[in-house]
Amino acid sequence: MKYIDEYRNGTLVRDIARQIASTADPARSYHFMEFCGGHTHVISRYGFEDLLPDNVRMVHGPGCPVCVLPIGRIGAAIALAMRPEITLCTYGDLMRVRDRNGWSLLKAKAAGADIRMVYSTLDALRIAEAEPQREVVFFAIGFETTTPPTALALKTAIARNLGNFSIFCNHVVTPAAIHNILESPDVSKPGTIKIDGFIGPAHVSAVIGTKPYEFFAEKFRKPVVVAGFEPLDVIQAVLMLVRQINDGRHVVENQYIRAVTRLGNVKAQAEVANFFELRESFEWRGLGELPLSGLRLRPQYAAYDAEKRFSMMTFTAEDNPACECGAILRGVKKPADCKLFGTVCTPDTPMGSCMVSSEGACAAHWTYGRFRTKARQPDAGRAVA
Amino acid sequence: MKMMMEAYSRNLDVANGRVDLSHGAGGRAMGQLIEGIFHKAFDNIWLRAGNDQSAFTVPGARMVMSTDGYVVSPLFFPGGNIGSLAVHGTINDIAMAAARPLYLSASFIIEEGFPLADLERIAESMGVASRAAGVPIITGDTKVVERGKADGVFISTSGVGVVPDGLDLRADAARPGDAVILSGSIGDHGIAVMSKRENLEFDAAVVSDSAALHGLVAAMVEAGGRQIRLMRDPTRGGIAATLNEIASQSKVGFHIDEEAIPVKPEVAAACELLGLDPLNVANEGKLVAVAGPEGAKAILAAMRAHPLGREAALVGHVVADDDCFVQMSTCFGGGRIVDWLSGEQLPRIC
Repeated sequence: MKYIDEYRNGTLVRDIARQIASTADPARSYHFMEFCGGHTHVISRYGFEDLLPDNVRMVHGPGCPVCVLPIGRIGAAIALAMRPEITLCTYGDLMRVRDRNGWSLLKAKAAGADIRMVYSTLDALRIAEAEPQREVVFFAIGFETTTPPTALALKTAIARNLGNFSIFCNHVVTPAAIHNILESPDVSKPGTIKIDGFIGPAHVSAVIGTKPYEFFAEKFRKPVVVAGFEPLDVIQAVLMLVRQINDGRHVVENQYIRAVTRLGNVKAQAEVANFFELRESFEWRGLGELPLSGLRLRPQYAAYDAEKRFSMMTFTAEDNPACECGAILRGVKKPADCKLFGTVCTPDTPMGSCMVSSEGACAAHWTYGRFRTKARQPDAGRAVA
Repeated sequence: MKMMMEAYSRNLDVANGRVDLSHGAGGRAMGQLIEGIFHKAFDNIWLRAGNDQSAFTVPGARMVMSTDGYVVSPLFFPGGNIGSLAVHGTINDIAMAAARPLYLSASFIIEEGFPLADLERIAESMGVASRAAGVPIITGDTKVVERGKADGVFISTSGVGVVPDGLDLRADAARPGDAVILSGSIGDHGIAVMSKRENLEFDAAVVSDSAALHGLVAAMVEAGGRQIRLMRDPTRGGIAATLNEIASQSKVGFHIDEEAIPVKPEVAAACELLGLDPLNVANEGKLVAVAGPEGAKAILAAMRAHPLGREAALVGHVVADDDCFVQMSTCFGGGRIVDWLSGEQLPRIC
């Protein structure tokens, strides 16, 4: 696998892990938040916790678009999909997310809703073209990575005069979430949760560049290393962060130079700006309402905006009060600290946002790492073989 | 019909629930459905044993019987079609009891409007597959349903076979210290099928591994005989589901080594593209065997000498574990769990 295997070289990974162990100052601790669920997945899937010294710890952040989608908007999508004239197109990992009544798109589909799992926005466009009698709605979610394809779909639909295509827009923006985490009292107050630096999201940065993080690095004095999603990328980013901390630096560094530049993909940014504008506020599951953190279609494209076209009702819905997702998304708590984890809340029965997508912090810990929790208990059975 | 174990048992909401796609995906939800509906209604000692087939005694012999339904989409894929798959799948379910398959039946549910030429291609490939395997299809049934009530054609096959004297493979027979042997590369079938799905077509030089494994099993039995504790063909849910299922049934854990598991580069590449784990991807011509430590070496050698086991590898060991975890050492030396798939295997958003 050209361009993949090079970044999965076990010898190199182990060598960098050794460098981290020798570079990290034993007298201090290092806590780095990986913002993106893709990084969380890699760290869990490859067992990186075993490769890092005890004083270098990873904190899982909120960067999973499926996890942070509030259940009120899932409920709205389900209600829309149940209308007989609607075909709802969605990315696969949204199918299992449950609304406040325990319904999911998977269940709605079984109950007769016309819900089609698609792999790209263009698939949704193809359905709209092939079935002009149907109202095809694309359920758009994601960070800056998935927004340009939605913009492209909109542009194409307009060019082809597709009157039966619209978008239920749930796109969110990364900098607002990082800002929120850094300003939350439990992170910003001295003596509380420690975040010493960030691994920045690779695919998001391929679009927006590294420049938007410079403000955070400077204002909050936290180093940021934008990193790719291969094992070698992630472990190298950790080493770069450790070195910045040791040197007392707090700048944005780019590990993912093969895809990311300081200014990003200017053309994609322009396309997004053409079609979308910031909402005054948007609800994030687990984090609550965040100002200037979500996108909507510009008013001139109201005909393609499913929320307006179908007078959709979106509402705020509370998660289970015992759910600790908010604290977990800010790095204040770990998945196993939550009373619901592994009891009523599992990937099959997700109660909170972190368990919903395979990239959520709780789902990753359940799927890949829950043996560690058991192994640390004094009366645990057998530890890792 | 595999048994649902207490470790992941959850109540089905029979009064209000509906069957959704996750109930057919080979993961926890499917086990929950089988346990909550079928096992409850059919309850008997054979089903409770939790195998893919059931052995029973007839005068002078010990036999096995198995049945399976095939609903693959698309019907034709690189390396096979629904017909050859239906023959190989049931032969393999019989063979996993170390039995010699003798006869098959085939039942067809065909959608009105289905092209006869396609039906002929499917039937011919079933004939070729059954003759090559030496297991004739000796009875069958045909039903046609109205357009829209089936997806082209569905096939069910059943089979019977006879178990060699002295062998009794059981789902709960794995013991700490036993070796785990995999007969070859994983994920070939699942990726070959996915590469031809209407909404997902991509170029992958992968063909399905669909094959009848009873010849390979016969060679293993000859080499290792009573040292074989149990065998499974890791179809839907991949080897992750198979190992978790055995772990639950035998009340043990597994420790496997990622580097020892063969994955073709093109399968690994496709999994990367789709955000899938090859451990969860379906196979149709592979088996996992758990064998006592004394016999593992001879069994592995016999497998490697057979055309369908050339890439066979010792991929791990059974360990004592009350939690029945399947743990894996990653290629970088870290540790992780290999879990059941939750619901359907769904590609990630980004």
